[in-house]
Amino acid sequence: MKLNTNTINKIAKLARIRLSEKEADEFLKDINSILDWVEQLNEVNTDNVEPLTNISSSALTKRRDENQDINSSDEILQNSPDKLEGYFAVPKVVE
Amino acid sequence: MEFQSISQLKLLLDDNKISVKEIAQTYIKKIKEKKDLNIFIYFNEDKIYDQVKLIEKISNDNSLKGIPIAVKDLFCTKNMPTTAGSKILENFNPTYESFVTQKLINQGSMFVGKTNLDEFAMGSATNTSYFGDTINPLSNEGSPLAPGGSSGGSAAAVAADLCLGATGTDTGGSIRQPASFCGVVGIKPTYGICSRWGIAAFASSLDQAGIFSKNVTDASILLKEMAGHDLRDSTSSNVKIPNFSENLNIDLKGKKIGIPKEYTIDGISDEINEVWEQAIKSLEQKGAIIEHISLPHTKYALPTYYIIAPAEASSNLARYDGVKYGHRAENAKSLDDMYELTRSEGFGKEVKRRILIGTYVLSAGYYDAYYLKAQKVRKLIADDFVKAFKECDLILTPTAPSAAFPLNEKQDDPIKMYLNDVFTVPASLAGIPGISIPYGKDKNGLPLGIQLLSKHFNEQEIFNAAFALEKDYE
Repeated sequence: MKLNTNTINKIAKLARIRLSEKEADEFLKDINSILDWVEQLNEVNTDNVEPLTNISSSALTKRRDENQDINSSDEILQNSPDKLEGYFAVPKVVE
Repeated sequence: MEFQSISQLKLLLDDNKISVKEIAQTYIKKIKEKKDLNIFIYFNEDKIYDQVKLIEKISNDNSLKGIPIAVKDLFCTKNMPTTAGSKILENFNPTYESFVTQKLINQGSMFVGKTNLDEFAMGSATNTSYFGDTINPLSNEGSPLAPGGSSGGSAAAVAADLCLGATGTDTGGSIRQPASFCGVVGIKPTYGICSRWGIAAFASSLDQAGIFSKNVTDASILLKEMAGHDLRDSTSSNVKIPNFSENLNIDLKGKKIGIPKEYTIDGISDEINEVWEQAIKSLEQKGAIIEHISLPHTKYALPTYYIIAPAEASSNLARYDGVKYGHRAENAKSLDDMYELTRSEGFGKEVKRRILIGTYVLSAGYYDAYYLKAQKVRKLIADDFVKAFKECDLILTPTAPSAAFPLNEKQDDPIKMYLNDVFTVPASLAGIPGISIPYGKDKNGLPLGIQLLSKHFNEQEIFNAAFALEKDYE
Protein backbone atom coordinates (compact mmCIF):
# COMPACT_ATOMS: atom_id res chain seq x y z
CA MET A 1 0.00 0.00 0.00
CA LYS A 2 1.57 3.24 -1.18
CA LEU A 3 -1.09 5.61 0.10
CA ASN A 4 -3.21 5.62 3.22
CA THR A 5 -6.24 7.68 4.20
CA ASN A 6 -4.07 10.52 5.45
CA THR A 7 -2.00 10.78 2.28
CA ILE A 8 -5.00 10.61 -0.06
CA ASN A 9 -6.61 13.45 1.90
CA LYS A 10 -3.38 15.42 1.76
CA ILE A 11 -3.18 15.00 -2.03
CA ALA A 12 -6.85 15.95 -2.38
CA LYS A 13 -6.11 19.09 -0.39
CA LEU A 14 -3.16 19.92 -2.68
CA ALA A 15 -5.40 19.38 -5.72
CA ARG A 16 -8.22 21.46 -4.14
CA ILE A 17 -10.74 18.65 -4.54
CA ARG A 18 -12.94 17.90 -1.56
CA LEU A 19 -13.58 14.17 -1.12
CA SER A 20 -16.27 12.46 0.93
CA GLU A 21 -15.09 9.58 3.12
CA LYS A 22 -16.59 7.11 0.65
CA GLU A 23 -14.83 8.77 -2.31
CA ALA A 24 -11.53 8.84 -0.44
CA ASP A 25 -11.82 5.07 0.23
CA GLU A 26 -12.62 4.31 -3.42
CA PHE A 27 -9.84 6.48 -4.82
CA LEU A 28 -7.39 5.04 -2.28
CA LYS A 29 -8.05 1.53 -3.58
CA ASP A 30 -7.90 2.54 -7.29
CA ILE A 31 -4.83 4.70 -6.99
CA ASN A 32 -2.90 2.15 -4.96
CA SER A 33 -3.55 -0.51 -7.58
CA ILE A 34 -2.50 1.90 -10.37
CA LEU A 35 0.68 2.82 -8.48
CA ASP A 36 1.48 -0.88 -7.95
CA TRP A 37 1.00 -1.42 -11.69
CA VAL A 38 3.31 1.44 -12.76
CA GLU A 39 5.94 0.03 -10.40
CA GLN A 40 7.08 -2.21 -13.30
CA LEU A 41 8.97 0.79 -14.73
CA ASN A 42 11.61 0.08 -12.08
CA GLU A 43 12.62 -2.97 -14.16
CA VAL A 44 13.93 -0.59 -16.82
CA ASN A 45 17.51 0.58 -16.56
CA THR A 46 17.43 4.34 -17.15
CA ASP A 47 20.96 5.18 -16.04
CA ASN A 48 22.36 7.92 -18.29
CA VAL A 49 19.01 8.33 -20.10
CA GLU A 50 17.91 11.93 -20.59
CA PRO A 51 14.24 12.54 -19.71
CA LEU A 52 12.12 13.29 -22.78
CA THR A 53 10.40 16.61 -22.12
CA ASN A 54 9.70 17.88 -25.62
CA ILE A 55 8.55 15.57 -28.37
CA SER A 56 8.49 18.17 -31.15
CA SER A 57 10.84 16.97 -33.83
CA SER A 58 11.30 20.23 -35.68
CA ALA A 59 13.15 23.21 -34.31
CA LEU A 60 10.65 25.34 -32.50
CA THR A 61 10.44 28.89 -33.73
CA LYS A 62 10.68 31.95 -31.57
CA ARG A 63 8.36 34.86 -31.95
CA ARG A 64 9.46 38.48 -31.82
CA ASP A 65 9.13 39.97 -28.37
CA GLU A 66 6.82 42.75 -29.39
CA ASN A 67 4.26 44.67 -27.44
CA GLN A 68 0.69 44.00 -28.60
CA ASP A 69 -1.91 46.49 -27.54
CA ILE A 70 -5.14 44.55 -27.23
CA ASN A 71 -7.86 45.51 -24.78
CA SER A 72 -9.89 42.34 -24.33
CA SER A 73 -10.95 42.76 -20.72
CA ASP A 74 -14.66 42.53 -21.58
CA GLU A 75 -14.07 39.27 -23.45
CA ILE A 76 -11.93 37.87 -20.65
CA LEU A 77 -14.59 38.68 -18.05
CA GLN A 78 -17.47 37.49 -20.20
CA ASN A 79 -17.58 33.94 -18.79
CA SER A 80 -16.81 34.82 -15.21
CA PRO A 81 -19.37 33.54 -12.67
CA ASP A 82 -19.02 36.78 -10.69
CA LYS A 83 -17.47 40.10 -11.65
CA LEU A 84 -17.36 43.62 -10.25
CA GLU A 85 -16.13 46.87 -11.80
CA GLY A 86 -13.95 45.13 -14.39
CA TYR A 87 -12.54 42.58 -11.93
CA PHE A 88 -13.18 38.90 -11.16
CA ALA A 89 -15.03 38.72 -7.85
CA VAL A 90 -14.41 35.97 -5.25
CA PRO A 91 -15.55 35.34 -1.65
CA LYS A 92 -14.06 37.73 0.87
CA VAL A 93 -10.41 36.89 1.68
CA VAL A 94 -9.52 39.52 4.29
CA GLU A 95 -11.89 40.37 7.14
CA MET B 1 -29.67 10.69 -49.35
CA GLU B 2 -26.12 9.63 -48.59
CA PHE B 3 -22.96 11.28 -49.88
CA GLN B 4 -19.92 9.03 -50.05
CA SER B 5 -17.10 11.54 -50.11
CA ILE B 6 -16.10 15.17 -49.95
CA SER B 7 -15.21 15.22 -53.66
CA GLN B 8 -18.61 13.77 -54.61
CA LEU B 9 -20.52 16.39 -52.62
CA LYS B 10 -18.23 19.19 -53.79
CA LEU B 11 -18.83 18.20 -57.43
CA LEU B 12 -22.62 18.26 -56.94
CA LEU B 13 -22.29 21.71 -55.40
CA ASP B 14 -20.01 22.98 -58.18
CA ASP B 15 -22.46 21.70 -60.83
CA ASN B 16 -25.36 23.41 -59.04
CA LYS B 17 -27.08 20.07 -58.48
CA ILE B 18 -27.34 20.81 -54.77
CA SER B 19 -27.26 24.05 -52.76
CA VAL B 20 -25.52 24.74 -49.45
CA LYS B 21 -28.98 25.10 -47.89
CA GLU B 22 -30.05 21.70 -49.20
CA ILE B 23 -26.90 20.14 -47.76
CA ALA B 24 -27.78 21.70 -44.39
CA GLN B 25 -31.36 20.43 -44.61
CA THR B 26 -30.19 16.91 -45.50
CA TYR B 27 -27.84 16.63 -42.54
CA ILE B 28 -30.20 18.32 -40.04
CA LYS B 29 -32.79 15.68 -40.91
CA LYS B 30 -30.28 12.84 -40.44
CA ILE B 31 -29.08 14.22 -37.10
CA LYS B 32 -32.64 14.51 -35.81
CA GLU B 33 -33.37 10.91 -36.82
CA LYS B 34 -30.36 9.67 -34.84
CA LYS B 35 -31.01 11.78 -31.76
CA ASP B 36 -31.26 8.68 -29.52
CA LEU B 37 -27.58 7.85 -30.06
CA ASN B 38 -26.63 10.96 -28.03
CA ILE B 39 -23.81 11.80 -30.44
CA PHE B 40 -24.03 15.58 -30.05
CA ILE B 41 -23.71 17.68 -26.92
CA TYR B 42 -24.70 20.74 -28.90
CA PHE B 43 -26.94 20.80 -31.97
CA ASN B 44 -28.87 23.89 -33.03
CA GLU B 45 -30.53 24.22 -36.44
CA ASP B 46 -30.50 28.03 -36.35
CA LYS B 47 -26.72 28.06 -35.90
CA ILE B 48 -26.38 25.86 -38.98
CA TYR B 49 -28.62 28.12 -41.10
CA ASP B 50 -26.62 31.15 -39.88
CA GLN B 51 -23.53 29.50 -41.38
CA VAL B 52 -25.40 28.67 -44.61
CA LYS B 53 -25.95 32.39 -45.27
CA LEU B 54 -22.21 33.07 -44.95
CA ILE B 55 -21.08 29.99 -46.88
CA GLU B 56 -23.42 30.71 -49.83
CA LYS B 57 -21.55 33.96 -50.45
CA ILE B 58 -18.03 32.51 -50.65
CA SER B 59 -16.29 31.25 -53.77
CA ASN B 60 -16.52 27.62 -54.84
CA ASP B 61 -12.72 27.62 -54.91
CA ASN B 62 -12.79 27.01 -51.16
CA SER B 63 -11.95 23.33 -50.88
CA LEU B 64 -14.46 22.56 -48.12
CA LYS B 65 -17.33 24.81 -49.21
CA GLY B 66 -20.56 23.43 -47.74
CA ILE B 67 -18.92 20.26 -46.40
CA PRO B 68 -20.68 19.18 -43.17
CA ILE B 69 -18.18 18.75 -40.32
CA ALA B 70 -18.82 17.74 -36.70
CA VAL B 71 -16.53 19.18 -34.02
CA LYS B 72 -15.39 17.35 -30.90
CA ASP B 73 -16.59 19.45 -27.98
CA LEU B 74 -13.01 19.97 -26.81
CA PHE B 75 -12.35 22.57 -29.54
CA CYS B 76 -13.35 26.12 -28.58
CA THR B 77 -15.87 27.52 -31.03
CA LYS B 78 -17.08 31.08 -31.05
CA ASN B 79 -20.60 30.46 -32.30
CA MET B 80 -21.32 27.33 -30.26
CA PRO B 81 -20.71 26.60 -26.55
CA THR B 82 -17.83 24.32 -25.51
CA THR B 83 -18.08 21.94 -22.57
CA ALA B 84 -15.20 19.40 -22.81
CA GLY B 85 -17.89 16.93 -21.66
CA SER B 86 -17.68 18.38 -18.16
CA LYS B 87 -20.13 19.98 -15.76
CA ILE B 88 -17.40 22.46 -14.87
CA LEU B 89 -17.71 23.99 -18.38
CA GLU B 90 -21.46 23.45 -18.75
CA ASN B 91 -22.18 27.10 -19.55
CA PHE B 92 -18.91 28.10 -21.21
CA ASN B 93 -19.14 30.23 -24.35
CA PRO B 94 -15.67 30.75 -25.80
CA THR B 95 -14.91 34.25 -27.02
CA TYR B 96 -12.44 32.87 -29.55
CA GLU B 97 -12.16 30.13 -32.18
CA SER B 98 -9.58 27.32 -32.00
CA PHE B 99 -6.86 27.37 -34.66
CA VAL B 100 -8.03 24.09 -36.24
CA THR B 101 -11.71 24.98 -36.42
CA GLN B 102 -10.88 28.46 -37.77
CA LYS B 103 -8.86 26.85 -40.58
CA LEU B 104 -11.83 24.62 -41.44
CA ILE B 105 -14.19 27.62 -41.37
CA ASN B 106 -11.82 29.54 -43.66
CA GLN B 107 -12.27 26.83 -46.31
CA GLY B 108 -16.07 27.06 -46.11
CA SER B 109 -16.94 24.03 -44.03
CA MET B 110 -20.28 23.89 -42.21
CA PHE B 111 -20.22 22.86 -38.53
CA VAL B 112 -23.24 20.68 -37.78
CA GLY B 113 -22.67 20.49 -34.02
CA LYS B 114 -20.37 19.67 -31.12
CA THR B 115 -19.82 15.99 -30.41
CA ASN B 116 -19.81 14.08 -27.14
CA LEU B 117 -16.56 12.90 -25.56
CA ASP B 118 -15.16 11.50 -22.37
CA GLU B 119 -14.84 14.30 -19.82
CA PHE B 120 -11.72 16.31 -20.76
CA ALA B 121 -10.92 13.47 -23.21
CA MET B 122 -10.16 11.07 -20.33
CA GLY B 123 -11.60 7.69 -21.23
CA SER B 124 -11.87 4.98 -23.86
CA ALA B 125 -15.63 4.54 -24.24
CA THR B 126 -17.27 7.99 -24.22
CA ASN B 127 -18.88 6.96 -20.94
CA THR B 128 -17.32 9.52 -18.59
CA SER B 129 -19.12 12.50 -20.17
CA TYR B 130 -21.33 14.64 -17.94
CA PHE B 131 -23.78 14.66 -20.85
CA GLY B 132 -24.40 10.89 -20.92
CA ASP B 133 -23.06 7.97 -22.94
CA THR B 134 -22.90 7.94 -26.73
CA ILE B 135 -24.20 4.80 -28.43
CA ASN B 136 -22.18 3.24 -31.25
CA PRO B 137 -24.36 3.51 -34.42
CA LEU B 138 -23.41 -0.08 -35.32
CA SER B 139 -25.23 -1.46 -32.22
CA ASN B 140 -28.12 -3.85 -32.59
CA GLU B 141 -31.47 -2.84 -31.14
CA GLY B 142 -31.49 -3.37 -27.36
CA SER B 143 -27.78 -4.11 -26.94
CA PRO B 144 -25.92 -0.79 -27.13
CA LEU B 145 -22.19 -0.84 -27.85
CA ALA B 146 -19.59 1.74 -26.85
CA PRO B 147 -18.24 3.92 -29.67
CA GLY B 148 -14.78 3.94 -28.08
CA GLY B 149 -13.25 7.11 -26.78
CA SER B 150 -12.47 9.71 -26.01
CA SER B 151 -13.57 11.10 -29.40
CA GLY B 152 -16.50 8.63 -29.52
CA GLY B 153 -19.09 11.22 -30.56
CA SER B 154 -17.03 12.28 -33.57
CA ALA B 155 -16.36 8.69 -34.69
CA ALA B 156 -20.06 7.87 -34.26
CA ALA B 157 -21.10 11.00 -36.20
CA VAL B 158 -19.11 9.85 -39.25
CA ALA B 159 -20.27 6.23 -38.88
CA ALA B 160 -23.93 7.31 -38.67
CA ASP B 161 -23.47 9.54 -41.76
CA LEU B 162 -24.25 12.73 -39.84
CA CYS B 163 -21.28 14.56 -41.41
CA LEU B 164 -18.46 13.90 -43.89
CA GLY B 165 -15.68 14.63 -41.41
CA ALA B 166 -15.31 15.16 -37.68
CA THR B 167 -12.48 16.63 -35.67
CA GLY B 168 -10.97 14.65 -32.85
CA THR B 169 -8.07 14.79 -30.46
CA ASP B 170 -5.76 11.92 -29.63
CA THR B 171 -3.66 11.85 -26.46
CA GLY B 172 -3.15 8.09 -26.14
CA GLY B 173 -5.47 6.65 -28.80
CA SER B 174 -8.57 8.83 -28.61
CA ILE B 175 -8.93 9.07 -32.40
CA ARG B 176 -7.60 5.71 -33.55
CA GLN B 177 -9.46 3.46 -31.07
CA PRO B 178 -12.96 4.99 -31.65
CA ALA B 179 -12.29 4.96 -35.42
CA SER B 180 -11.66 1.23 -35.10
CA PHE B 181 -14.80 0.67 -32.96
CA CYS B 182 -17.04 2.62 -35.35
CA GLY B 183 -15.57 1.36 -38.63
CA VAL B 184 -14.32 4.71 -39.93
CA VAL B 185 -10.94 6.23 -40.83
CA GLY B 186 -9.17 8.22 -38.09
CA ILE B 187 -5.76 9.85 -38.23
CA LYS B 188 -3.64 11.23 -35.41
CA PRO B 189 -0.97 13.18 -37.26
CA THR B 190 2.53 14.07 -36.03
CA TYR B 191 2.67 15.95 -32.73
CA GLY B 192 2.89 19.65 -33.53
CA ILE B 193 1.46 19.59 -37.07
CA CYS B 194 -1.89 21.06 -35.92
CA SER B 195 -1.87 23.87 -33.38
CA ARG B 196 -3.28 23.08 -29.93
CA TRP B 197 -4.46 26.67 -29.56
CA GLY B 198 -8.09 26.72 -28.44
CA ILE B 199 -8.30 23.02 -27.60
CA ALA B 200 -9.09 22.38 -23.91
CA ALA B 201 -5.82 20.92 -22.63
CA PHE B 202 -5.52 17.41 -21.20
CA ALA B 203 -1.82 16.38 -21.47
CA SER B 204 0.00 19.02 -23.49
CA SER B 205 3.04 16.95 -24.51
CA LEU B 206 0.71 14.32 -26.02
CA ASP B 207 -2.48 16.13 -27.15
CA GLN B 208 -2.83 16.20 -30.93
CA ALA B 209 -5.76 17.18 -33.14
CA GLY B 210 -6.77 14.90 -36.00
CA ILE B 211 -9.73 13.89 -38.11
CA PHE B 212 -12.33 11.17 -38.74
CA SER B 213 -13.74 10.51 -42.19
CA LYS B 214 -15.44 7.88 -44.32
CA ASN B 215 -12.36 7.18 -46.42
CA VAL B 216 -8.63 7.82 -46.63
CA THR B 217 -8.88 10.44 -49.40
CA ASP B 218 -11.24 12.60 -47.32
CA ALA B 219 -8.92 12.32 -44.30
CA SER B 220 -6.03 13.50 -46.48
CA ILE B 221 -8.06 16.46 -47.78
CA LEU B 222 -9.16 17.50 -44.29
CA LEU B 223 -5.77 17.11 -42.62
CA LYS B 224 -4.15 19.41 -45.16
CA GLU B 225 -6.66 22.13 -44.26
CA MET B 226 -6.34 21.69 -40.46
CA ALA B 227 -2.56 21.63 -40.24
CA GLY B 228 -0.24 24.59 -40.20
CA HIS B 229 2.07 26.70 -38.12
CA ASP B 230 0.67 28.90 -35.34
CA LEU B 231 2.65 31.33 -33.19
CA ARG B 232 0.15 30.94 -30.36
CA ASP B 233 1.23 27.32 -29.76
CA SER B 234 4.92 27.22 -28.93
CA THR B 235 5.11 23.50 -29.85
CA SER B 236 3.53 24.06 -33.27
CA SER B 237 5.84 22.93 -36.08
CA ASN B 238 6.78 25.21 -38.93
CA VAL B 239 6.80 22.68 -41.76
CA LYS B 240 5.37 22.76 -45.27
CA ILE B 241 2.12 20.81 -45.42
CA PRO B 242 2.00 18.63 -48.56
CA ASN B 243 -1.08 18.35 -50.73
CA PHE B 244 -1.71 14.85 -49.40
CA SER B 245 -4.74 14.01 -51.55
CA GLU B 246 -3.12 15.08 -54.85
CA ASN B 247 -0.01 13.09 -53.98
CA LEU B 248 -1.86 9.86 -53.07
CA ASN B 249 0.10 7.01 -54.61
CA ILE B 250 -1.07 3.44 -54.47
CA ASP B 251 2.30 1.96 -55.54
CA LEU B 252 3.94 0.28 -52.54
CA LYS B 253 6.66 -1.55 -54.46
CA GLY B 254 9.80 -1.81 -52.35
CA LYS B 255 8.25 -0.09 -49.34
CA LYS B 256 9.40 -1.73 -46.13
CA ILE B 257 6.67 -2.54 -43.63
CA GLY B 258 7.75 -3.29 -40.06
CA ILE B 259 5.85 -5.86 -38.00
CA PRO B 260 6.79 -5.42 -34.34
CA LYS B 261 6.93 -8.72 -32.45
CA GLU B 262 5.96 -7.03 -29.17
CA TYR B 263 2.47 -6.29 -30.57
CA THR B 264 1.56 -9.98 -30.41
CA ILE B 265 0.06 -9.97 -26.94
CA ASP B 266 -1.37 -12.77 -24.82
CA GLY B 267 -5.10 -12.64 -24.39
CA ILE B 268 -5.80 -10.82 -27.67
CA SER B 269 -8.45 -12.60 -29.71
CA ASP B 270 -7.42 -14.64 -32.75
CA GLU B 271 -9.70 -12.50 -34.91
CA ILE B 272 -7.55 -9.44 -34.27
CA ASN B 273 -4.37 -11.33 -35.17
CA GLU B 274 -6.01 -12.87 -38.27
CA VAL B 275 -7.00 -9.47 -39.63
CA TRP B 276 -3.46 -8.24 -38.96
CA GLU B 277 -2.11 -11.26 -40.89
CA GLN B 278 -4.44 -10.54 -43.82
CA ALA B 279 -3.26 -6.94 -44.00
CA ILE B 280 0.38 -8.09 -43.95
CA LYS B 281 -0.32 -10.51 -46.84
CA SER B 282 -2.14 -7.84 -48.79
CA LEU B 283 0.75 -5.36 -48.46
CA GLU B 284 3.16 -8.09 -49.55
CA GLN B 285 1.02 -8.80 -52.62
CA LYS B 286 1.11 -5.11 -53.44
CA GLY B 287 4.89 -5.27 -53.61
CA ALA B 288 5.85 -4.16 -50.10
CA ILE B 289 8.63 -5.93 -48.22
CA ILE B 290 7.78 -7.24 -44.76
CA GLU B 291 10.40 -6.69 -42.06
CA HIS B 292 10.10 -8.30 -38.63
CA ILE B 293 11.19 -5.68 -36.15
CA SER B 294 11.43 -5.16 -32.41
CA LEU B 295 10.25 -2.25 -30.26
CA PRO B 296 11.65 -3.62 -26.99
CA HIS B 297 10.14 -1.09 -24.56
CA THR B 298 6.56 -1.48 -25.80
CA LYS B 299 5.29 -3.14 -22.61
CA TYR B 300 6.31 -0.08 -20.58
CA ALA B 301 4.35 2.38 -22.72
CA LEU B 302 1.05 2.13 -20.80
CA PRO B 303 2.49 2.60 -17.29
CA THR B 304 4.65 5.46 -18.64
CA TYR B 305 1.59 7.08 -20.18
CA TYR B 306 -0.44 6.70 -16.98
CA ILE B 307 2.16 8.71 -15.09
CA ILE B 308 2.85 11.42 -17.66
CA ALA B 309 -0.73 12.06 -18.81
CA PRO B 310 -2.26 12.45 -15.31
CA ALA B 311 0.72 14.58 -14.19
CA GLU B 312 0.19 17.00 -17.05
CA ALA B 313 -3.59 16.86 -16.57
CA SER B 314 -3.35 17.76 -12.88
CA SER B 315 -1.37 20.85 -13.86
CA ASN B 316 -3.55 21.80 -16.84
CA LEU B 317 -6.82 21.37 -14.97
CA ALA B 318 -5.70 23.60 -12.09
CA ARG B 319 -7.17 26.48 -14.12
CA TYR B 320 -10.74 25.34 -13.33
CA ASP B 321 -11.09 27.19 -10.04
CA GLY B 322 -14.52 28.80 -10.36
CA VAL B 323 -13.05 32.28 -10.76
CA LYS B 324 -12.52 33.03 -14.45
CA TYR B 325 -15.06 30.81 -16.19
CA GLY B 326 -17.15 27.72 -15.70
CA HIS B 327 -19.04 26.34 -12.74
CA ARG B 328 -18.72 27.96 -9.31
CA ALA B 329 -20.07 26.31 -6.15
CA GLU B 330 -22.65 28.30 -4.24
CA ASN B 331 -22.56 29.10 -0.53
CA ALA B 332 -18.80 28.80 -0.12
CA LYS B 333 -17.62 30.35 3.15
CA SER B 334 -14.10 31.19 2.03
CA LEU B 335 -11.96 31.31 -1.09
CA ASP B 336 -10.40 27.90 -0.36
CA ASP B 337 -13.84 26.50 0.35
CA MET B 338 -15.00 27.84 -3.02
CA TYR B 339 -12.10 26.20 -4.89
CA GLU B 340 -12.60 22.82 -3.23
CA LEU B 341 -16.37 22.72 -3.59
CA THR B 342 -16.28 24.00 -7.18
CA ARG B 343 -13.84 21.32 -8.29
CA SER B 344 -15.53 18.61 -6.26
CA GLU B 345 -18.91 19.40 -7.85
CA GLY B 346 -17.61 20.20 -11.33
CA PHE B 347 -15.35 17.23 -12.10
CA GLY B 348 -16.46 13.63 -12.58
CA LYS B 349 -14.85 10.53 -11.09
CA GLU B 350 -12.32 9.67 -13.81
CA VAL B 351 -11.07 13.27 -13.97
CA LYS B 352 -10.71 13.44 -10.19
CA ARG B 353 -8.85 10.12 -10.15
CA ARG B 354 -6.35 11.36 -12.73
CA ILE B 355 -5.88 14.74 -11.05
CA LEU B 356 -5.14 12.94 -7.76
CA ILE B 357 -2.63 10.54 -9.36
CA GLY B 358 -1.01 13.42 -11.21
CA THR B 359 -0.77 15.52 -8.05
CA TYR B 360 0.82 12.59 -6.21
CA VAL B 361 3.45 11.78 -8.86
CA LEU B 362 4.45 15.44 -9.08
CA SER B 363 4.53 16.01 -5.31
CA ALA B 364 7.73 16.61 -3.35
CA GLY B 365 9.56 13.38 -2.62
CA TYR B 366 7.84 11.38 -5.40
CA TYR B 367 8.67 13.44 -8.51
CA ASP B 368 11.92 11.60 -9.31
CA ALA B 369 10.58 8.12 -8.60
CA TYR B 370 7.52 8.52 -10.81
CA TYR B 371 7.47 11.50 -13.17
CA LEU B 372 11.18 11.74 -13.97
CA LYS B 373 11.43 7.96 -14.29
CA ALA B 374 8.49 7.95 -16.73
CA GLN B 375 10.08 10.70 -18.83
CA LYS B 376 13.25 8.63 -19.09
CA VAL B 377 11.37 5.49 -20.14
CA ARG B 378 9.48 7.68 -22.63
CA LYS B 379 12.83 8.54 -24.19
CA LEU B 380 13.63 4.83 -24.60
CA ILE B 381 10.22 4.20 -26.20
CA ALA B 382 10.74 7.10 -28.65
CA ASP B 383 14.26 5.81 -29.44
CA ASP B 384 12.82 2.36 -30.23
CA PHE B 385 10.82 3.96 -33.05
CA VAL B 386 13.79 5.99 -34.31
CA LYS B 387 15.80 2.76 -34.60
CA ALA B 388 12.88 0.88 -36.18
CA PHE B 389 12.39 3.49 -38.89
CA LYS B 390 15.98 2.92 -40.01
CA GLU B 391 14.83 -0.56 -41.02
CA CYS B 392 11.36 0.18 -42.34
CA ASP B 393 9.16 2.95 -43.81
CA LEU B 394 5.94 2.07 -42.02
CA ILE B 395 4.82 -0.06 -39.09
CA LEU B 396 1.62 -2.11 -39.26
CA THR B 397 -0.25 -3.21 -36.11
CA PRO B 398 -3.82 -3.80 -34.94
CA THR B 399 -5.51 -0.61 -33.64
CA ALA B 400 -7.34 -1.96 -30.60
CA PRO B 401 -7.29 -5.22 -28.64
CA SER B 402 -11.02 -5.85 -29.32
CA ALA B 403 -14.01 -4.80 -31.39
CA ALA B 404 -16.54 -2.42 -29.79
CA PHE B 405 -17.60 -3.73 -26.37
CA PRO B 406 -21.05 -3.42 -24.75
CA LEU B 407 -21.76 0.03 -23.35
CA ASN B 408 -22.90 -1.36 -20.02
CA GLU B 409 -19.86 -3.61 -19.56
CA LYS B 410 -18.72 -3.07 -16.00
CA GLN B 411 -15.77 -0.71 -15.93
CA ASP B 412 -14.83 -0.88 -12.26
CA ASP B 413 -11.19 -1.77 -12.94
CA PRO B 414 -9.36 1.30 -14.30
CA ILE B 415 -6.28 -0.69 -15.39
CA LYS B 416 -8.43 -3.03 -17.50
CA MET B 417 -9.94 0.02 -19.20
CA TYR B 418 -6.49 1.51 -19.80
CA LEU B 419 -5.49 -1.63 -21.76
CA ASN B 420 -7.72 -0.44 -24.62
CA ASP B 421 -4.87 1.86 -25.59
CA VAL B 422 -2.14 -0.78 -25.59
CA PHE B 423 -1.47 -0.51 -29.37
CA THR B 424 -1.98 3.26 -29.69
CA VAL B 425 -0.13 4.73 -26.69
CA PRO B 426 3.47 4.00 -27.83
CA ALA B 427 3.08 6.17 -30.96
CA SER B 428 1.56 8.97 -28.85
CA LEU B 429 4.55 8.92 -26.49
CA ALA B 430 6.89 9.12 -29.51
CA GLY B 431 4.83 11.88 -31.17
CA ILE B 432 4.69 9.98 -34.47
CA PRO B 433 1.69 9.89 -36.83
CA GLY B 434 -0.77 6.98 -36.93
CA ILE B 435 -3.93 6.12 -38.82
CA SER B 436 -6.63 3.54 -38.16
CA ILE B 437 -8.62 2.22 -41.09
CA PRO B 438 -11.41 -0.36 -40.97
CA TYR B 439 -10.07 -3.73 -42.11
CA GLY B 440 -12.23 -6.81 -41.77
CA LYS B 441 -14.88 -7.79 -39.24
CA ASP B 442 -15.19 -10.03 -36.21
CA LYS B 443 -17.60 -12.99 -35.94
CA ASN B 444 -20.42 -10.66 -34.88
CA GLY B 445 -19.95 -8.50 -37.94
CA LEU B 446 -18.33 -5.65 -36.03
CA PRO B 447 -15.52 -3.73 -37.72
CA LEU B 448 -11.89 -4.19 -36.73
CA GLY B 449 -9.19 -1.62 -37.33
CA ILE B 450 -5.63 -1.78 -38.55
CA GLN B 451 -3.05 0.84 -37.60
CA LEU B 452 -0.24 2.26 -39.75
CA LEU B 453 2.55 4.29 -38.13
CA SER B 454 5.47 6.18 -39.59
CA LYS B 455 8.15 8.65 -38.62
CA HIS B 456 7.49 12.32 -37.85
CA PHE B 457 5.85 14.28 -40.71
CA ASN B 458 5.56 11.20 -42.93
CA GLU B 459 1.76 11.35 -43.15
CA GLN B 460 1.97 11.05 -46.94
CA GLU B 461 3.33 7.49 -46.81
CA ILE B 462 0.74 6.56 -44.18
CA PHE B 463 -2.04 7.85 -46.44
CA ASN B 464 -0.56 6.02 -49.44
CA ALA B 465 -0.44 2.63 -47.72
CA ALA B 466 -3.86 3.16 -46.09
CA PHE B 467 -5.26 4.14 -49.50
CA ALA B 468 -3.90 0.90 -50.98
CA LEU B 469 -5.25 -1.26 -48.13
CA GLU B 470 -8.65 0.45 -48.25
CA LYS B 471 -9.12 -0.90 -51.79
CA ASP B 472 -9.19 -4.48 -50.42
CA TYR B 473 -12.69 -3.79 -49.06
CA GLU B 474 -14.16 -1.69 -51.87
